[in-house]
Amino acid sequence: MTTVLNVDAVNRSFGDRHVLKDVSFAVDAGRLTGFVGANGAGKTTTMRIILGVLGAQSGEATWRGAPITREVRQRFGYMPEERGLYPKMSVAEQVVYLGRLHGMSAADAKARTATLLDRLDLGPRAGDLVEKLSLGNQQRVQIAAALVHEPELLVLDEPFSGLDPLAADTVVAVLRERSAAGAAVLFSSHQLDLVERLCDDLVIIADGTIRASGPRSYLREQYALPRYSIEVDADAGWLRDEPGVTLVELDGPRAVLDLTPETDDQKILRAALDRGPVRSFGPVRPSLAEIFREVIQ
Amino acid sequence: MTTFEATRLVAARELRTKLRDKAFLYSTAFFLVIVIASIVLPAILGGGPTKVATAVPAATAPLRQAGFEVVEVTDVTAAERLLRDGEVEAAVVPGPEVLAMEEPPSEVVAALSVAPPVRLLEAGDLDPFLKFLIPSILAMLFFITSYTYGLQIAQSVIEEKQTRIVEILVSSVSVRALLAGKVAAMTLLAFGQIALLALVAFVGMKVTDVDTGVVNAVGPALGWFLPFFVLGFLMLATVWAGVGALASRQEEITSTSSPVQMAVLIPFFAVLFLQDNAEAQRILSYIPFSSPIAMPIRTFNGDAAAWEPLVSLLILAVTAVLLLAAGARIYQGSLMRTRQKTSLLAAWKNA
Repeated sequence: MTTVLNVDAVNRSFGDRHVLKDVSFAVDAGRLTGFVGANGAGKTTTMRIILGVLGAQSGEATWRGAPITREVRQRFGYMPEERGLYPKMSVAEQVVYLGRLHGMSAADAKARTATLLDRLDLGPRAGDLVEKLSLGNQQRVQIAAALVHEPELLVLDEPFSGLDPLAADTVVAVLRERSAAGAAVLFSSHQLDLVERLCDDLVIIADGTIRASGPRSYLREQYALPRYSIEVDADAGWLRDEPGVTLVELDGPRAVLDLTPETDDQKILRAALDRGPVRSFGPVRPSLAEIFREVIQ
Repeated sequence: MTTFEATRLVAARELRTKLRDKAFLYSTAFFLVIVIASIVLPAILGGGPTKVATAVPAATAPLRQAGFEVVEVTDVTAAERLLRDGEVEAAVVPGPEVLAMEEPPSEVVAALSVAPPVRLLEAGDLDPFLKFLIPSILAMLFFITSYTYGLQIAQSVIEEKQTRIVEILVSSVSVRALLAGKVAAMTLLAFGQIALLALVAFVGMKVTDVDTGVVNAVGPALGWFLPFFVLGFLMLATVWAGVGALASRQEEITSTSSPVQMAVLIPFFAVLFLQDNAEAQRILSYIPFSSPIAMPIRTFNGDAAAWEPLVSLLILAVTAVLLLAAGARIYQGSLMRTRQKTSLLAAWKNA
């Protein structure tokens, strides 16, 4: 696991609005990093600063330990939140042009565009003007535009918004391919379930500060509550009177309970077995949505 | 990738798009038709040499020599009839007397008379009408080119802002390359179009055998028009890009670009309306906004000393460099503000 991108104590204000406050996090090569936060939390501003579209007022983003120059940035791919393409240019021409702007030779850009458009099921539309395409297909072209030069870092701002489920699956597959090929992928999304399915790492931002970041499994453990679920054959109401137990939910034989730190979960299990058969017992892992809710408070 | 390579890529895209743009192709075709028509039509409508009737056999030879088509008639009555029927434009009858309908046919008279030799102390080889027409056409050409292509630079900047593709562009190439590519492409197109029109006009005049005086007179005049045109165009090109970037939507272009529009319109009309005021022309030929029109006209008319266009060109060049920088700064400062119109001051500070 190699950290390639480092965002280090970045601050940015617009007028008297302090949008980013000492934002720091790392993105690793070969992994998908989800960037999660509410609208206006500072995701887009952070991404724009990484891409050099905006400047940081203090702090900086570095690539493999060095400042991000224009040459470095040529190997980044970017999909801005507000999609943009030339409406009067053909799909293939547009992707080739953006590839060339990132330093590809004409021949390479053409070859890579052709494969990429086929991969995104846009092959037959390669010659069409972008304005003639459906919104979903324009989104795919946008993805192609960000990927054409096989970037080492992909920064995608809400890549799934506006995509139909089928297109979203294609995009997921393409992103996985890129990350398997060693690229670092940072993408923002407010669709937490999707991020949860897709990401290896997570960065959670709220009100311009990073609230949590790290591998998904690590965050889950860190934010795991001492919460358990149990299913027995008879009514589980007796748990209410067990010391150190707070019932969260009770539904006949099924219950969800929180334990105080000093309470041993195995003791509760044994108590349950003493009363009859136990069908299931185990810790409840928090979903990303729950972690998110907890850390942004 | 160097800034130069990036600039070339941007310019190439800009050119390709424009050359495929129907509006651009139609307008070029339209101008070509006008140029061709204005040269070919008079030649066709003019319909060959002027016919002259003569009842005086001795007049036949000198008239033929002067290029008239001669119709020999026997008497005055026949000559008058041909004249009234519009068959001939003048008639020579015994006397000798020259008959014509409404205006004295000075060329026929000249062919039949002996003129004393003339020596001009300040020889102008051009007729006064052309002397007025050529600078006016060139001034008009500069005005139209500068205005329409300037507006197109602004529009192309807004297109990138409005579609938001600018964010991707700026993340890969420098803002300077983006601006330089755009301006280079539009400059090439503008002068390419002028060159095409000039070539067609030149070939047309050669083919239809129009007065070679025009061709000979335009040649040297272009010598000064060209550098003034190019610098004058470039001077405003980035400013057009800058005011384009101030707008966030095409609809706002009229208001954000009005200062540049004035910088093109006012000097043009000032030069045109003050044409007879030598002092005003002298001043206008040094002010950078009007000098691209006024100074070449003065040199064309022979009103300027040899050093004058050089000084004026220098002033223009310095202003061009300053405005290029100012335009670039405004462009840079407002390019990423895609949500609403940016004020000039905010753009300047933001850069």
